[in-house]
Amino acid sequence: MKIIKTTKKQLLALCGMATFAFGSLSAAEYPTAEVNTTGLAVTDDTVTVGQLHSITGTMAISETGSVEAERLAIKQINEMGGVLGRQIEIIQEDGASDWPTFAEKARKLIINDKVAAVFGCWTSASRKAVLPIFERHNNMLYYPTFYEGLEASKNVVYTGQEATQQIIWGLDWAYEELGARTFYLIGSDYIWPRTSMKIARTHIEQVLKKKDPSCEVVGEEYYALGHTNFRSLINKVRLRKPDLMFTAVVGGSNVAWYRQLRSAGVTAKNYPMLTISTTEDELLGIGGENAEGFYASMKYFQSLDNPENEAFVKEFKEMWGEDSVIGDVTQAAYLGPWIWKAAVEKAGSFDIDKIHLAHPGIELDAPEGYVRVHDTNQHLWSKAKIGRILKNGQFEVVAVSDELIEPDPFPEGYQ
Amino acid sequence: MGDYTIQEIYSVVVMQSFSGLSLLCIFVLMGLGLYIIFGQMGVINMAHAEFLVMGSYTMCLFSKFISANFPWMMNYYIILAVPLSFAVAFGVGYLVEWLLISRLYKRALDTLLATWGLSLIFQQCFRSFIGAREISADLPDWLMGTWMPTDSIFIPVNGLVLLALTIAITVGLVLFMTKSRLGLRMRATTQNREMSNALGVNTKMTDRLTFALACGISGIAGAFFTTMASTSPTAGTNYIVDSFLVLVLGGLGSLLGLFISAAFLGILSSVLEFFMSGSLAKVWLYLIIFVVLMKFTRGLFSARIRT
Repeated sequence: MKIIKTTKKQLLALCGMATFAFGSLSAAEYPTAEVNTTGLAVTDDTVTVGQLHSITGTMAISETGSVEAERLAIKQINEMGGVLGRQIEIIQEDGASDWPTFAEKARKLIINDKVAAVFGCWTSASRKAVLPIFERHNNMLYYPTFYEGLEASKNVVYTGQEATQQIIWGLDWAYEELGARTFYLIGSDYIWPRTSMKIARTHIEQVLKKKDPSCEVVGEEYYALGHTNFRSLINKVRLRKPDLMFTAVVGGSNVAWYRQLRSAGVTAKNYPMLTISTTEDELLGIGGENAEGFYASMKYFQSLDNPENEAFVKEFKEMWGEDSVIGDVTQAAYLGPWIWKAAVEKAGSFDIDKIHLAHPGIELDAPEGYVRVHDTNQHLWSKAKIGRILKNGQFEVVAVSDELIEPDPFPEGYQ
Repeated sequence: MGDYTIQEIYSVVVMQSFSGLSLLCIFVLMGLGLYIIFGQMGVINMAHAEFLVMGSYTMCLFSKFISANFPWMMNYYIILAVPLSFAVAFGVGYLVEWLLISRLYKRALDTLLATWGLSLIFQQCFRSFIGAREISADLPDWLMGTWMPTDSIFIPVNGLVLLALTIAITVGLVLFMTKSRLGLRMRATTQNREMSNALGVNTKMTDRLTFALACGISGIAGAFFTTMASTSPTAGTNYIVDSFLVLVLGGLGSLLGLFISAAFLGILSSVLEFFMSGSLAKVWLYLIIFVVLMKFTRGLFSARIRT
């Protein structure tokens, strides 16, 4: 019985990642001395990787999903026979929502533990803190979060979207489908929302305005992280009547924002909203009924209808509980170990320089759909999607981009 | 503002005034517990915000329990949740005073450090035992509704409930302090501890109950905050600055001062937030408070009591 179950799981995993036809390789074909010339923690039957997220502190809320997704991916890879015939072992460190701690733990993982790769970080601040260490000691970080762009390190693979992938197609969609001409930009006050809104404003004022001169930004505001009083803002929105609120409100502010909108009688019917920050994870706290009808621009929704996603959701719930939800970043985190495995096996080596060269062109049939690693910047080509928030806290997918959208971390004319 | 009709401007002024009033209530509720503990006992409780969060969690967990087991009670459970939050925070406050605070009287700086440590311990307990994710209470629909006195004025029902709750708690507290035996003992202890003790007031027990009462009131405040915002282990860090702000500005230890300063902050933030963008409004708010505190070094309304 047990064996059948395992086989079934393996099969599912194989379906999920069909591109890895060369699933299990035996370690004997790849002697340790050949696949590991730089002294990483690779033995004849194991390879050690690091996992570096916040388990404690304010970011623990967001990073838990990523930790769980990476664990699931690694477990599935191990069940398929590991990487180059070696079982993956994990050393997990806690960044504790504190950026210097992230740097210190990254140093520990890379220098003391000599891990073969690290899956981790969530906020841009933590990524910026560890980046010099990864570059100096030449190791590889797989980073899951959608972020502001303006970065392309050879030591980082960005499995989330950079800003233009989320924003430009989303605004075009709102322009066409919702007839949005006036926009109110609202965000939390730190680098990601500010950079995102800058791109949004440029797109509205330079591109959309050319199509229709009535396009304009009627307001742009930022509120401190953790801010919980949006009543004044809501009154201002009511007065200016934008066709679309374009928002990037994060963390604890989210619940206050949506609840106060609802109790002030601002609903999706009269005031459409397109958000780039609310995923299934946040909706768990917000309550779907408080955000019903608003739109989100993401690349993944838990409700996506394809066999890879079905298997992924099923396995995730089996491992982490029936009540768990999967947001955009969680799915992106799930891709990290798979991309690393594909790169290692393509390179036939764990050496960081060889993996780096192997990354371009790696393809996956991921839960979000087909993705491909970009030739030069180690971001992913992926399809943008728009979801409408439902009462039960899930999304109904209402639009998917026809083409894969190219990652462009340094968008010309937008910065 | 030339494009707007008189009607629109009138509606927005009304709604904005109400949002200022809601803010006033929030500031009062945040500051009350801190005010009682400092005003009556001279203790600065750095773990104050965690008692607010404790109330929020009680409310959240209770609402989940009710919606899972007794869905028919969803519309009314808040009536039970408020005393429950009070009881939980009161009980924990009682224990904390007994085990920790009572050993540190007259060591103000040590109390500061000890209660701050306590706040960290509470945060980790919330995270370990309840979970790191943000949660919020399941609310009945009527509480999320809107009251429309005219076509264009939208008043949130939870703002009205907040107003009623604040009035009820404050009136209750004033009556309790001025009319009840325990209130009399509390005031006596505050004014002259040795003499009260000599006259047979059990000052130790009075302290314990005062502390627990203050925590209980914070619990109720916290329970209500979760109807407006989410609760996470570190949610207290969002409250603590505002709580101290309202207390310090009000002159540390006077109920009237607390109200005046809450009104001042509520009106000022509403006006500033309306006329400038959110983050800039905050900067101006703090700048104005600096100036006010330089002018009135003891707060807007400093009490003259002996301690």
